[in-house]
Amino acid sequence: MVRGARTKRLDNFMSAKSAPDSGKDAAALGLHRFGFGSTGNAITRIAADPRGALLADLERPGAGQLDAPDLVSSAEAAREVFDFRAERTAEQKLASRRQKEMSASGEAQPVSEPAKLMSLDGAALAQKPPLPQRIILSEAKARFDAAAGADIGFAERLVWFWSNHFCVSADKDVAMVGAYEREAIRPHVLGRFADLLQAVESHPAMLLYLDNVQSMGADSIAGINRDKGLNENLARETLELHTLGVRGGYGQADVTNFAKVLTGWTWLGPENPLHGGEFVFIKRLHEPGDQMVLGKRYADTGVDQGRAVLADLARHPATAQHIAGRLARHFVADDPPPSLVSKLAKTFADTDGDLKQMAKILITAEESWTAPRRKLKPPAEWIAGVIRLTKTQADIPISRIMNAQVALGAPLWRPPAPNGYADSEAAWIDGIPRRIDIATEFAGRAPHAEPLELLESGLGPLASAQTRETVARAESHNQALALLVMAPEFLRR
Amino acid sequence: MQLHTPSRRELLLASGTLFAWAHLPKVAQAEGRDPRFLTIILRGALDGLATVAPVGDPEWQTLRGDKALTLEGNAPTLKLDDFFALNPAMPNLHRMFDAKEAIVVHASATPYRERSHFDGQDLLESGLPKPGSSESGWLNRALSGLAPAGRVNPRGSKLFAVGPVTPLVVRGPAPVLSWSPPRVMPASEDTVHRLLALYRDCDAKLAGVLEDNSKLMAVEQSGGMTQKPAAAGPAQVRAYFSEAVGTAAKFLAQPDGPRVGALALDGWDTHSNEGIAQGRLSQLLGALDEALAAIKSNMGPAWRETVVALATEFGRTARINGTDGTDHGTATVALLVGGALKGGRVVADWPGLKPTDLYQNRDLKPTTDLRAVLKGVLRDHLRADERALTQTVFPGSDTVKPTSELVA
Repeated sequence: MVRGARTKRLDNFMSAKSAPDSGKDAAALGLHRFGFGSTGNAITRIAADPRGALLADLERPGAGQLDAPDLVSSAEAAREVFDFRAERTAEQKLASRRQKEMSASGEAQPVSEPAKLMSLDGAALAQKPPLPQRIILSEAKARFDAAAGADIGFAERLVWFWSNHFCVSADKDVAMVGAYEREAIRPHVLGRFADLLQAVESHPAMLLYLDNVQSMGADSIAGINRDKGLNENLARETLELHTLGVRGGYGQADVTNFAKVLTGWTWLGPENPLHGGEFVFIKRLHEPGDQMVLGKRYADTGVDQGRAVLADLARHPATAQHIAGRLARHFVADDPPPSLVSKLAKTFADTDGDLKQMAKILITAEESWTAPRRKLKPPAEWIAGVIRLTKTQADIPISRIMNAQVALGAPLWRPPAPNGYADSEAAWIDGIPRRIDIATEFAGRAPHAEPLELLESGLGPLASAQTRETVARAESHNQALALLVMAPEFLRR
Repeated sequence: MQLHTPSRRELLLASGTLFAWAHLPKVAQAEGRDPRFLTIILRGALDGLATVAPVGDPEWQTLRGDKALTLEGNAPTLKLDDFFALNPAMPNLHRMFDAKEAIVVHASATPYRERSHFDGQDLLESGLPKPGSSESGWLNRALSGLAPAGRVNPRGSKLFAVGPVTPLVVRGPAPVLSWSPPRVMPASEDTVHRLLALYRDCDAKLAGVLEDNSKLMAVEQSGGMTQKPAAAGPAQVRAYFSEAVGTAAKFLAQPDGPRVGALALDGWDTHSNEGIAQGRLSQLLGALDEALAAIKSNMGPAWRETVVALATEFGRTARINGTDGTDHGTATVALLVGGALKGGRVVADWPGLKPTDLYQNRDLKPTTDLRAVLKGVLRDHLRADERALTQTVFPGSDTVKPTSELVA
C-alpha cells in the first residue's frame, strides 16, 4: 500500500478519465456481468483475455461444487431436525406435566425466568441458535463464502441462477434447502439440463415444496383407501416454470395427466432412522395406467413413467426457448437481445441441453459484451460483490448477511413463490435506499480498506469521473466505501 | 413511496457503536478515583469558527460577513467570555460551561497540514505524526500503558466479540470490547445527499428512487423553502446522536461497566449551505448538544468522574465559500466536557483573523497542538505515564507538553 502517493493520485482522479483501455473495459464488464464483481487485481489480471478467463472459470476442477465436508446431507438434516423437534416437544410436555403436579400438590409456582436484558455480559447473545437455524447458517455460510471467495465466480453465478430457477423455500422445510442446492443443483450446472431436471424434481425438498408428497392417484391403492387424490402443484410448476414456460403449449389435461404420472414420487418420513428424508417411489400411491402428456402416450412403468416425461420435457423446443430467455435475461439484460436468446436456444437444442455449452455461448456471444450495463444486480449478488471488494468476508457474520438480504426483500432460500426471485430492475430498484444503509454498515467493517484503491480494483475503467470525484470527496473512509458500492457502475452490470 | 421512518426502538438499537475498555486504571483507582473517559470523533471536519465564534475579534464580521455569528441579531450567540461565544444551538454545553464542566480549546489542530479527510482522520485517531503508518490508535496505546486493576466485568469479552466497526482510535493491542446494534444502522443524510447528486448526474432512474424515497424533489419543487429538508430529518439526527452517545454513557456509568470508550459521529462536512445559525450545521450542533446533555444525565453520579473529549480531523476555511459553505481548512475547536474538569474556560492562544494571521491566508492558524490537550487529559485523568504518552501514545510529540490544569 503506497500511502504517500495517495494525495497525488487523488488529484489525478479528479481530472478527466484517461483513454479507455479496451482490455480492461471488457475485463471489468465481464467480471461484474458474469462473475460476482471485481476484486483485487482481477481487472488487470484478466485484461489480456477476459473471455478466456471466464471460460476457464468453467474448467476449474470442482467448478460449481462446494468444498464443505462438514455439511450434512438433506436426508440426514431432515432426520436431525425431526429428532430435535421431538425432543423439544417432550421437554415442553415434561415441564407442563411438572407444573401441573406442583400446583396439584399446593407447592409454590416456579418463578418465571426474568426477561433477558441485553447487558454487557451478553448472555442472551451467547446462546447457541437452535439446530434448524444452525444448519441453515452453516449452509448459507458455505454458499456465501464460495461466492465471495471465488476467483471470478462465473460458475457460482450459474449455481445461483439455477437455484433460483428451481427454487424451494425454507418456509416449507428449513432442514433441506441448503443441502438441496448442493445435491440437486450443483452437480449439474455444467452438465445436461435433463439430468438437472431429473435431480431437482425427484429431490425431497422439491417434492415437499410443491406438495407432491401429498399427492396420490385417486385410483391408487392409497387413494382408494383414503379417499384422496391428486395435487397437481409440482406437475404444473414443472411445466410452467421449470421447463416449457407459461405459454409453452400445454393444457390442463397435460397438467393433470403429468400430475398422475408423478404420483408416488415422495420421500421417506424423517422419523425413519436409517433412510428417513430420502426420495422414494411408492407404488401404492401411484396412479395406475398409461398417461397422455403433450400428445404422447407414456406407459405405466412406475417411477420410470415420470422420468420419461421429464426426459422429453428437457428436450422440448419450448424448454430451449424458455431457458435461453431466462439465462440471457439474468446475465445480460432485462430485455435481452433476441439474437442472443436465439443463439442460446439453438445451442440448447443442438447440444441436447448441455449447460456448459450454454454458458460458453453466453460468454462468446457478441451481444453479451455490447449490451449496455443497465442490469441492476439483485440484492444478494450485490452484497456478495460488496464483501468481495472490501474483503470483509471474515468480519461480517453470515447472520448479518442474511439479515441484510431480508432487509432488501430477498431472504436467502425463501422466495415468495415458486417462480423464485424476480429478475428485473423493477423488482429491486425500490430497495436502493435500504442498500445505502447496508452499504454504510458493511463498509464500516473494512476500516483498513483504501477507498480509492478499491475504486480501481472494483470498477477501474468503469468508474465515471463523477463517481471518482464523489468517492474522493467523501467525508470519511466509511462513507467513501459506501458511496463506491452504491455508485451506479457498481449497482448495475 | 416508502419513507423509512425508524421507530424509537429501531433508533435505540441502531444507536452507534461503542468501543470500550473493560479495565479500571490501577493508579487512579489507588487514589480512590474511578475515572471515566469517552472520546467522540466528529468525522467530516467541524467548522470551529461556527461552533465557537471569536465575537471579540475585530476582523470577525469582516471575515464571515452576514454568516458571522454575533452576540446580537436573530440568532444571538451564547457568551462564553469576553472574546468567545457559543453557537446558539448549544444551550446545554453553555450551561456546562457556566457550571465549570466544559472547556473549549480553540485554534487547535493535529500535526496534519494537508486537507484530505481520510488522512486527517487517520492522523487524528492514530496519534502519529504521519498518516497511514499505524494499525493502532492513541487511545488504545494509552490504555495498553495503564496497569489494569482487574477487569471490571470478566465475562464482558464474550459479547464484545461480535465484531463491529472499530474506529482506528481504539484499535490496537489493548483488549477492546465492542457493542454494536443488532440492526442495520440508517445511513447518514449526508451520504444520501451525495448519492443523490451522483445519481442525478449519471443515473436518472436511481435518482428518481431516492427522490421519491426522501420526498426531496416534491419539497424542492414546491418552492418557498429556504432550507433543504433532511432526508433523515433533524429530529431523527437528534434522536440518533442522543441515543448513540447516551447509550455509551449508560455503559460507562454502570458500576461494573467499562471505563473508557470511543465512538464516532459523522456528517460535519459542510461544503455548501452550511446553515450555521439555522440549517444543517445548526441542527447537527443541536443534536450534539442534546447528546452531551444525555451523557450528563445518563452518567448519574459518575458524571463527576467523567471527561468526554470531542475532536475532529481539521477545521474549515475561515471565509465562507461560493456556495454558502466552507471548505477543508486547518485549525478548529476541540471540546472537553465532564464533571471531572476544571472547566468554564476557553483555552486558546488566539492567532487572529487578519489575512496575514490566517494559515496560508485561508484557514484559522493552529496555535494549540491537540495532542497537548489529549496528553494532559490522559495524564491527569487516567494517570497515564508521561513518558509513555510521548514515546508510544503520541510518538514524535517530545516538544508537545501536556496541557496542565484541565482536570480538577
